[in-house]
Amino acid sequence: MSISVRFQSLRDNTIGEYATRFVFGGAMCVIAGLTATHYGPVIAGLLMAFPAIFPASATLLADHEKRKMKKIGRDGNLRGRAAAAIDAEGTTLGCIGLAAFAIIVCKMLPHHSATLTLLFATAAWLIVSTAGWFLRRRL
Amino acid sequence: MTDLILRFLLGGVIVSAFSVIAEVLRPKRFAGLFGAAPSVALATLPMTIHSNGAAYAAIEARSMIAGAIAFLIYAWCVSRILIRGKHTTLLTTTALLPLWIAAAAGLYWIFLRGLA
Repeated sequence: MSISVRFQSLRDNTIGEYATRFVFGGAMCVIAGLTATHYGPVIAGLLMAFPAIFPASATLLADHEKRKMKKIGRDGNLRGRAAAAIDAEGTTLGCIGLAAFAIIVCKMLPHHSATLTLLFATAAWLIVSTAGWFLRRRL
Repeated sequence: MTDLILRFLLGGVIVSAFSVIAEVLRPKRFAGLFGAAPSVALATLPMTIHSNGAAYAAIEARSMIAGAIAFLIYAWCVSRILIRGKHTTLLTTTALLPLWIAAAAGLYWIFLRGLA
């Protein structure tokens, strides 16, 4: 299966679901900032990879699948869990990219501009994660 | 206070943006990559660099490597348990969050304790 974009999926979400992600994301950044102030950068850095919005995103995904199955009169519990499990498997690959992002920021930031470092690290995250996905597909 | 409000807004926008990208992408396993997007880091690092300097932010990034490994362990366990178990997605994903804390704490204890 090749990579594709389906904008219709955005219609499945309610304003409340978007707001949930916004609030969780914002709250996580505030917590990371407060942690850095009180406990220092070593502890705060760990929190930058905390799966803050993962439970909310996975649950919303499972609920969407359940609703789809309910519309055609089927029990969607199993389908919902399977969709969330597949999503989590993808996230596992994304974590390898996240580690690559962190390594590049750690090594490049003291010697290069912040903008260049963050651009390069984000590109590395995308390349490493996508390479992992292609490799996983071939296995 | 202004700093915290700015962090909240920036974090909310960047996390939401990555969520929207994940929402429209297919197949689902590929979209799942965006569940581990560096959204919190992209929202907080520029502000940290601005207020505390690049060296301080680099220390945060070094710890983030351990956080990412803990996230990998957590996401892998969530995936296995959701496929084999009978519990809801919400229960599984939230009940396993202490696993991230334990893994991150263990990595901190082994590699980061005592480092500046």
